[in-house]
Amino acid sequence: MALLKSSKIISTVGLHPPLGILSIRASSWWSEVQMGPPDPILGVSEAYKRDTNPKKINLGVGAYRDDQGKPYVLSCVRKAEAQIAAKKLDKEYLAIGGLGDFTKACAKLALGDDNEVIKSGRNITVQTISGTGSLRIGANFLSRFHTEARDVYLPKPSWGNHTPIFRDAGMQLKAYTYYDPKTCGFDFQGALNDISKIPEKSVIMLHACAHNPTGVDPRPEQWKEIADLVKKRNLLVFFDMAYQGFASGDIDRDAWAVRYFIEQGHNIVLSQSFAKNMGLYGERVGGFTVVCKDAEEAKRVESQLKILIRPIYSNPPMNGARIAATILNTPDLYKEWLGEVHGMANRIITMRELLVANLKKEGSTRNWKHVIDQIGMFCFTGLKPEQVERLTKEFSIYMTKDGRISMAGVTSGNVGYLAQGIHAVTK
Amino acid sequence: FVPGCFSVLVPQATPVAVFKLSNDFKEDPNPMKVNLGVGAYRTDEGQPWVLPVVKKVEKLIVADNRLNHEYLPILGLPEFRSSASKIALGEDSPAIQENRVGAVQCLGGTGALKMGAEFLRRWYNGNDNMKTPVYVSAPTWENHNSVFANAGFEDVRPYKYWDAEKRGLDLAGFLGDLETAPKHSIFVLHACAHNPTGTDPTHMEWTQVAEVMKRRKLFVFFDSAYQGFASGCLDKDAWAVRYFVTQGFEMFCAQSFSKNFGLYNERVGNLTIVARDADNVRRVLSQMEKIVRVTWSNPPSQGARLVAITLNTAELFAEWKDNVKTMADRVLLMRASLQAKLQALGTPGTWDHITQQIGMFSFTGLNPKQVEYMIKERSIYLMASGRINMCGLTTKNIDYVAKSIHETVVNVQ
Repeated sequence: MALLKSSKIISTVGLHPPLGILSIRASSWWSEVQMGPPDPILGVSEAYKRDTNPKKINLGVGAYRDDQGKPYVLSCVRKAEAQIAAKKLDKEYLAIGGLGDFTKACAKLALGDDNEVIKSGRNITVQTISGTGSLRIGANFLSRFHTEARDVYLPKPSWGNHTPIFRDAGMQLKAYTYYDPKTCGFDFQGALNDISKIPEKSVIMLHACAHNPTGVDPRPEQWKEIADLVKKRNLLVFFDMAYQGFASGDIDRDAWAVRYFIEQGHNIVLSQSFAKNMGLYGERVGGFTVVCKDAEEAKRVESQLKILIRPIYSNPPMNGARIAATILNTPDLYKEWLGEVHGMANRIITMRELLVANLKKEGSTRNWKHVIDQIGMFCFTGLKPEQVERLTKEFSIYMTKDGRISMAGVTSGNVGYLAQGIHAVTK
Repeated sequence: FVPGCFSVLVPQATPVAVFKLSNDFKEDPNPMKVNLGVGAYRTDEGQPWVLPVVKKVEKLIVADNRLNHEYLPILGLPEFRSSASKIALGEDSPAIQENRVGAVQCLGGTGALKMGAEFLRRWYNGNDNMKTPVYVSAPTWENHNSVFANAGFEDVRPYKYWDAEKRGLDLAGFLGDLETAPKHSIFVLHACAHNPTGTDPTHMEWTQVAEVMKRRKLFVFFDSAYQGFASGCLDKDAWAVRYFVTQGFEMFCAQSFSKNFGLYNERVGNLTIVARDADNVRRVLSQMEKIVRVTWSNPPSQGARLVAITLNTAELFAEWKDNVKTMADRVLLMRASLQAKLQALGTPGTWDHITQQIGMFSFTGLNPKQVEYMIKERSIYLMASGRINMCGLTTKNIDYVAKSIHETVVNVQ
């Protein structure tokens, strides 16, 4: 019944090491456990924390910061929390699939209020442990039920955690061309070429908006061609939507690709996160949706998702889902939320413009247009690992090795220093 | 054209029994109906109970503007992890003083079992050794089987535990299975208030279990979901866990704060790791991080914050212990009442096991036919195993339940 395969070597049981070694090894079960490497993304924040330079900047992890560089608790979240506290609710277990008020609203947010899929009941949406938990449930589901194809095609590059998640679930990872380092933009032809060669029924991962880590999104006409090609190749589409609202500032615009694909007849699977767009990071709020061929299939799929969830954590946490549901289902809170998401996205767009302006002021002659063209929380600067290392060592500016910076960490207070540093290592 | 359909037909899965029971109960129109199924505490009014200390701390959290919703570290809230481990091992635990205890904040007890199982499959008894036998008690919480099987273990087996004839612990069978288990087998032990039987080994019996496990190099994995809830005293309920630590075991203990804090839906759990030394703990935790990262990245903050504040604030800690005792005392009262009523009715059989068993659950000894009768004819919902949740009993329904058990035992064989 083991469905979580691993590529590690399986050692045989019943080895009898010589007595001398036995007495040393007998000291701990864990003598052979190696020290794991620090997480490439979260490790950046650890290093930043240790740095004593007062000018240090953390552009590592994708968590929104206000213009003072502080975490931002949305006003609509505070209001929702106050409303919830006044209701004096109990703490009984949620259903395995989560809070109904949340999952319904979550699906509507992604697919649109009037979507035919929701009306006909042919989607199943379960509450998950934010985006990671959603991807993991999805990976487990595909591993168990999509047995004709084991390959998941990720864009090159993709979020660092995609690969270990799918691998741990027993899928195989492949890639399709996506980012063009020459233009710091989308390699549309390269993507089409690679996608046209993907074997039928394989899973293709698409970032719905605000691609992580590059910030490079296809244009609508390009999405249309991709949808067409994916249909021709008969691929199973897995959308990862972690930034709805956060990319353009508009909820519907950011979900356009997801809705278009569904309109075109793709029965997608979809992961959603409310970590960034509601600032609910640590509350772990997410959803996993399977668009099925009909309501009957949706019921069967739901029953199997529950079977997958139960042995991992039984049922999901209430707090964040309750907050999200309250916001999504209360008209004035929902309106306020749309405004706040728009505000966050706008601040990021402003920082992009400021950064480019400051780079020009520093005298940089490089083309920094991509900083403004890219969208969402992240910017793929085009900096090489050696340049990144210099930025960290000489300027205490922290980012991931691939040159990705979180624009959310840029403020009007530090953008000048950031431009100085980037110019210094690239001139 | 329907692209991207699953390559195999997705079959309808059978629903999890305990949730189906709750559903059937909900739909039953009988005003006398009683739900003795799912394992959650109920007041004497039959209502869920948010602990007074929890309400207090929630208000503190909402009012504190310095708090935000940022990500916790991968392994969880540090002050939660350390205080939770202290609860299991004791303030003055030598293992803690010797710096050889680590912890991973997890999603409830289930999440803690899951993390422990995933780690053991990867790193215990070789690398990715799916063949290491995992023993769970007969009977046990049904999800134990799934947790370990889904972590990759191919050989999940029962160890003798419940003696249906004498309605108590099958010690000889238990010890016998320990003696014949392949070396390095993993054993899942219930720290207290065994689910579903309510039957715990005595201290003496635990020492015998420990002796065999040490001699035969078996792995100790405690499941502690009811600490405080069983006897009303945290230390008493942790006796077995702490005894094993004094015996020098390296072990895991999956802790749940669902029941003793009433925080069911906030998913608050902790995997406590006791190892030989700090260096081993360090390496184990670094590998735990990798497993967490591909499962949920980092755990939910609300419940852990609540527990951490409570455990680390003297008055709140005292209030919590008091709340826990309130719950445990009500259960003890219902046990005594039910047993007394059955005796007074002259119900055939002996009913001492009702008061001898401990914790939320009681294995009544009713057989499947009798259980069916209780459900269909009396609208009293209990598990097919005969397990009842004592918390479902109240001063208002206990007469009805006692009379129904009496009728059932007399009329149905």
